[in-house]
Amino acid sequence: MSEAKTIIRLTDVKKTYDGKTYVIEDLSLDINEGEFVTLLGPSGCGKTTILRMIGGFDKPTSGEILLDGSDISALPPNERPVNTVFQKYALFPHLNVYDNIAFGLKLQNLSREETDKKVKEVLELVDLEGFEKRSVTTLSGGQQQRIAIARAVVNEPRVLLLDEPLSALDYKMRKEMQLELKNMHKRLGITFIFVTHDQEEALTMSDKVVVMADGKVQQVGTPEEIYNEPANVFVADFIGESNIFNGVMTGKMKANFAGAEFECVDDYEQGKKIEAVIRPEDVVVVKPGEGQLTGEVTSADFKGTFYITFVQCGQYEMEVHCLDHYKPGTTVGLSVMPDNIHIIPYDMTINNFHGIIDGFVDGKGIYLVFDDFSIFVDAHKLYPFSNVSKGRLVDENGEHIDIHGKEVVAFFQPEDGDMSDDEKAGDVVGRIVSFYYIGDHYSYTIRSDHEIDYVVDDEDLWNQGDKVSVLLPKNRMKYRLV
Amino acid sequence: MTEGVTLKKYRFDRNQLVIPYLIYLLLFVVMPLLVVIYYGFTDDKGRISFANFAAFFTNSKMMGTLVYSLIIAITVTVICLLLAYPVAYILAKGEYARKHAFLMVFVLPMWINFTLRITALKEILTLLEGNLAYHPFMNTVICMVYDFLPFMIMPLFNSLTKLDQSMIEAGYDLGASFKQVLFKIILPLSVPGIISGVTMVFLPAMTNYVVLDMIYNSTYIMGSLIGSYFNSYDWNNGSIISAILLMLIGLVTIFTDKILSRNENREVRI
Repeated sequence: MSEAKTIIRLTDVKKTYDGKTYVIEDLSLDINEGEFVTLLGPSGCGKTTILRMIGGFDKPTSGEILLDGSDISALPPNERPVNTVFQKYALFPHLNVYDNIAFGLKLQNLSREETDKKVKEVLELVDLEGFEKRSVTTLSGGQQQRIAIARAVVNEPRVLLLDEPLSALDYKMRKEMQLELKNMHKRLGITFIFVTHDQEEALTMSDKVVVMADGKVQQVGTPEEIYNEPANVFVADFIGESNIFNGVMTGKMKANFAGAEFECVDDYEQGKKIEAVIRPEDVVVVKPGEGQLTGEVTSADFKGTFYITFVQCGQYEMEVHCLDHYKPGTTVGLSVMPDNIHIIPYDMTINNFHGIIDGFVDGKGIYLVFDDFSIFVDAHKLYPFSNVSKGRLVDENGEHIDIHGKEVVAFFQPEDGDMSDDEKAGDVVGRIVSFYYIGDHYSYTIRSDHEIDYVVDDEDLWNQGDKVSVLLPKNRMKYRLV
Repeated sequence: MTEGVTLKKYRFDRNQLVIPYLIYLLLFVVMPLLVVIYYGFTDDKGRISFANFAAFFTNSKMMGTLVYSLIIAITVTVICLLLAYPVAYILAKGEYARKHAFLMVFVLPMWINFTLRITALKEILTLLEGNLAYHPFMNTVICMVYDFLPFMIMPLFNSLTKLDQSMIEAGYDLGASFKQVLFKIILPLSVPGIISGVTMVFLPAMTNYVVLDMIYNSTYIMGSLIGSYFNSYDWNNGSIISAILLMLIGLVTIFTDKILSRNENREVRI
């Protein structure tokens, strides 16, 4: 690993189309020579935009894209040693297979013999020998896909970009092409950057997976690292199935969540808020009373090689993948090995809102202005030793405190927040951009028009994209001066 | 489900909907065509004769007019294509928020009465040139180009809008410059649009009558020639010219249809 050479480096890349919302935010990423890198994320996370910026079809708003150490962000696509396999193949319908593949070679003014030889070689690589004279429109989807790959790799690019190339194929064909692409990557030895929203595809094919959401890199790692050691709750939820619980560290390598005490292998200080991730296949069903949890089976669905079993343990629900069938209503014990519990420190930056002090009104308090809302707070919450004298705020010595324009941070716990579908009922209106299930409730991220995220817990199931209003827990919000 | 006894005798068939159209076609397309052919191949006493047909190809004035019409039609078509293609390309592929509004501006002259447009243009040309008689060819071409340009822009715009942006990107990706992308990808893929644009300009330009009649009252081109025969009650000669033009246009249409259908077969299926 140490000898790996960086071929592509993105430094602080930002991209916005309308000047307001950022599709890519301060993204930095290194891609090593010869790697098979997958950009994985839900639709709209910016993965295709990154690919298009490396390919030269989009220019970053700011930041640098380095190839072999030199900035290529201003180069047009035809001057980059990079080729793309497009999502819908983009084969030229007016040219036959040979002319499609030879398109790039002819532009390089290669001799006829050399062109013939290269086309023949690359057709062998994609298993379509003898297809030279065929019209591309008579080919099946899988064959068009191979021609598109052949057309790109025949130019011997330094980097091959693949934009969800398998999404139009049926399941079996996709599986087959995954293996073939992997083999092709081994044989050619060039860097592959592959974009997909299919986490299984990403885990199967890649040397390195870049998980993205909201224009930001969430985690970079090998497929094993991504799956076993998710860096945050988003990754844990997005890759594979997982049970996520809010909890707290109760001692050395001990955590309390889902209403029970668990031993784990991650060491964090006592009292720290955490989120625990447990994969359904790592939960073992035991006799009632033997495991850490006891609960009642609520459903068991056959999935071919295992049963998806849901067990209700008090108020918490656990998904279990087990080989045996347990009838709904059965009481079972659940046991999890310490190294199968993955502890993620709770993200303390969520629900931190930056604002400024706008003034002080006697009787009402200090007036705070934030991007989405404004609020009066009791002066003692920010200045514990302050007094009011003649309608002005003074400190313990009776000196006037200049508060105007001071920066403050407001914070609330997700469980204290509330949401409503009545836009007038809440303080801030926004859309649900993501959510995941935490044992006994959902955690929703709501984004306002000012691009501020509010994380609110709720027991009901809402949909992504729903327009809701957030009710701020005014009495339970905490404030501090910056 | 409600096949009652009364319906058994007479049942409405969807095919019967075609009857009004058949009658229309017979009365206004087939019959006039037969009349034209009948007059074309008879003499003034109503006897069958190929004299008119032969006369057309031996009469140097008529052949000259045919050639002149062809030259005008080809010039008009080529100029329209050269003017319209960049406009259509910029409108279809440029990043304008209101490209359809721009397109409308180009097509807007069509909303104004044709006679008014040509008369106005005639006045402008007279103002510029003094006497229109000095440059009859140029003036004819200017008037026709002005009149037919929207018919070239529309099909080109449609065809270029449909052109998948990823084709163009694939061209750049494989190392082509803008010029190479234009000539190797965009132009070949917009051939259907070019052909329908050419058809929509070439055919009316070839048979146009009104434009020249309004500017010159002349018999230089085919449409005007036919008009002049009919105006002097020479139905036979007028008809044979119409019939011959019809055949020529028929040939052109069959030819372009073939190219078109060949191109449509080439569109990628996914």
